[in-house]
Amino acid sequence: MIDFGYTLTKDRQFDYDHGDFRFLRLVRSIEPSLDVCIGCGSCTATCSASQFTNFNIRKLHTVIRRGDPESIKAELKKCMFCGKCQLVCPRGVNLRNLILAMNRAIEQLG
Amino acid sequence: MKQEGKRLIWDEYQKEIADDNYFYVRSCVRQNFFPGAEKTFLRYMKEMGRNVFENPSHTTCSGIGYHSDIVPFETAMTMVARQFALMTEAGYENFVTSCITSFGLYSEVLETWLHFPEVEEKTRVHLRNATGREFVKPKNLAHASDVTYKLRTEISDAGKYRLINQTTGAPIRVVEHIGCHYSRMFPSKGIGGAEYPYVLVGMIEEWGGEVIDYPERRHCCGFGFRQYLVKANRGYSVSASKKKFDSMRPYKPELILTNCPGCPMFLDRWQYTISEMDGTTYGENGQGIPVMTYEELAGLILGYDPWDLGLQVHQVPVESLLDKMGIPYDPEKKFLDKDGNFIGKPKSPSFLKFY
Amino acid sequence: MGNSVIIIGGGISGMTAAGILVQQGLDVTLLEKENETGGHLARWDRLFPDRRKASEVLDFVKAGLNQVKIVTGVTVTGISKHDYDFTITTRIQHPASSIHSQFSASALLLATGFDLFEARKKEEYGYGIYNNVITSADLEDQFKSGKGILTREGKIPGRIGLVHCVGSRDEKVGNLYCSKVCCVTGVKQAIELKEMYPASEVFNFYMDLRMFDRHFEELYYEAQQKWGVSFIRGRLSECAENPDGSIILKTEDTLTGKPLKMTVDLLILLTGFVPAIGTSAICGMLGLKSGTDGFVNSADSHTSNNSSGVPGVFLAGALKGPISIGEAIADARAAAVQLAGYIKSTTAYND
Repeated sequence: MIDFGYTLTKDRQFDYDHGDFRFLRLVRSIEPSLDVCIGCGSCTATCSASQFTNFNIRKLHTVIRRGDPESIKAELKKCMFCGKCQLVCPRGVNLRNLILAMNRAIEQLG
Repeated sequence: MKQEGKRLIWDEYQKEIADDNYFYVRSCVRQNFFPGAEKTFLRYMKEMGRNVFENPSHTTCSGIGYHSDIVPFETAMTMVARQFALMTEAGYENFVTSCITSFGLYSEVLETWLHFPEVEEKTRVHLRNATGREFVKPKNLAHASDVTYKLRTEISDAGKYRLINQTTGAPIRVVEHIGCHYSRMFPSKGIGGAEYPYVLVGMIEEWGGEVIDYPERRHCCGFGFRQYLVKANRGYSVSASKKKFDSMRPYKPELILTNCPGCPMFLDRWQYTISEMDGTTYGENGQGIPVMTYEELAGLILGYDPWDLGLQVHQVPVESLLDKMGIPYDPEKKFLDKDGNFIGKPKSPSFLKFY
Repeated sequence: MGNSVIIIGGGISGMTAAGILVQQGLDVTLLEKENETGGHLARWDRLFPDRRKASEVLDFVKAGLNQVKIVTGVTVTGISKHDYDFTITTRIQHPASSIHSQFSASALLLATGFDLFEARKKEEYGYGIYNNVITSADLEDQFKSGKGILTREGKIPGRIGLVHCVGSRDEKVGNLYCSKVCCVTGVKQAIELKEMYPASEVFNFYMDLRMFDRHFEELYYEAQQKWGVSFIRGRLSECAENPDGSIILKTEDTLTGKPLKMTVDLLILLTGFVPAIGTSAICGMLGLKSGTDGFVNSADSHTSNNSSGVPGVFLAGALKGPISIGEAIADARAAAVQLAGYIKSTTAYND
């Protein structure tokens, strides 16, 4: 191998055909209400953690639906579990339980 | 895939290409990248009885600087105006460019002048003040691949070889890659438009090959000007090429045909680089996928000696293709110049099969 | 001054208005360029949001047409007006010859409808090139045939994509407007596909979901909650064909800000409305104006939306822009009432 002074860049495109959907299956079995999200962002707007970090609960459960759950592992720890997100959700997504479910998925699936 | 659907689109994007008497302008970089390509174009044009005129005092069009953000458009327009002045002075009105980015820039300048005549007038003043020259706009602007497309049947008729595997009788499977600046800015300026450009497809079909349509066919070759020119960005450049190779691999291409200065350079050289980075090769049995300019391929079809075409300076060896097409070549002469002097031989790559 | 009315266009709007006008005792002639009345509705299988059969609505409307003179396969070639009377010249196209005839009327109703956007114009979507790219109208044909929805290779599609806004909200094809009904059609068709193939994955690629009418938002909720239809916010940028004939899509998942690629076995393009090709000629004969979108302008979009501005010429339906079936029926009834009022007032005045 030759060091050219530059390297291949990882493709950041979601590759749905080769996605990891184990997280989605487990999370959905625990909290199916994530399916009715309409991506409005109310949850993130009110989120305590989002004000000071790049934590974005809306994105986190979107990426597991796209088969790319890797980024949630480090991110989920930022949640303060205050439950404000759930109060404002216009679709009735049980966000508190969704976070617990995502934590469980990390525990079980690594 | 319904080929007739593409034909309907191709029919909508036809353009006029002059039949003879061309004023030819060269690319800044192609003689370094693919040294035989432009010479081959002039050779077959002459053999086909066409008059091509070159003025040795023509310069870069400055498109490469314009697209790298170092030459302002006003300067580029004045450079272009000077090239037109040289054409006018030589008594020509059909302008042919070797470079795709030049073709894009000339198209962009002419279109700008069409919509903003005051900009054209200003450019005329700039040119007059700087050089004392005057110009008439070309009656016909074409890229050299357009002209070759127009002559594709004549080339085929005069040809000795075809894009057909002589052992199996199967057509050679070809990926065609069009330079970004050919028709994306102005789809109507390219044969077949921007979405399914026909200019190279027409040659491949005429010369017996089979065109591969693969998902990343629209993706950039990886040059991207600043992506390559700035070393810190070069990882993007090689990754862009890799994305294309990964996408075309399942279709088992045997040749990549291009019409741009940068595309064959990067699709050829980066195959070596990728192989040295992670061991991946994209052809059969550890070979690469040969990459050619349309001039080089036309030269092969016409039976020109592969080493006269400059194919020995390609990074991906072309012998696999020559063998399939039944084109003879002398391996002993690969690294000899026209006078028989040894020009040096590159070190064999670690993974890419070399001849 | 008589009580005869000519309606141009035998789709849902023209037929609805015809039924109302004969009830009012008027002498109604309906001219239709196709060989059958029914317009686009005749091609549709089921209607949003309740998925009732389109044929039921069509039957309801057609039931009122007993006293209407229906002339099909006829093209309007000229319209002239003298005082309160219109003369309409037409050409009936027959395989062997073309017959010219004339009609007279005291009022005209234009109900020339819309055409579906020609999906081929979105070259990057490959309609007409890639075998497994079809339109929402093609899908309705297949629903209607009752033979099931299969890929060109004859397989049950394991993953299906529906693309919203094809030919709508797209300056590139010259259509800045929203076609309004494609969103809910996409949701309806996604549900129908899931109903047919529960194990298949269905994705809708949308920019906004414009669930503008009653029960539409609920249908969207049902699609997500009951049927597991996935919605990805991002317009399809381009697609290509895999070696096995499946389609590879590229879009951005705009809610995460990342590009996404996905293979689908079947891709359905939700094609929008464009002004019907024959409408502009008829407008030219009457001096009516169209908007920049090509649809016909009414005298006042709020207060006189069925008046053309030319006395005695009225407008109904999708020639004024994208509308749903329910709206077309309501609009046609309003136009009929206004037209009948016009005939009565002018007849009284002239008598």
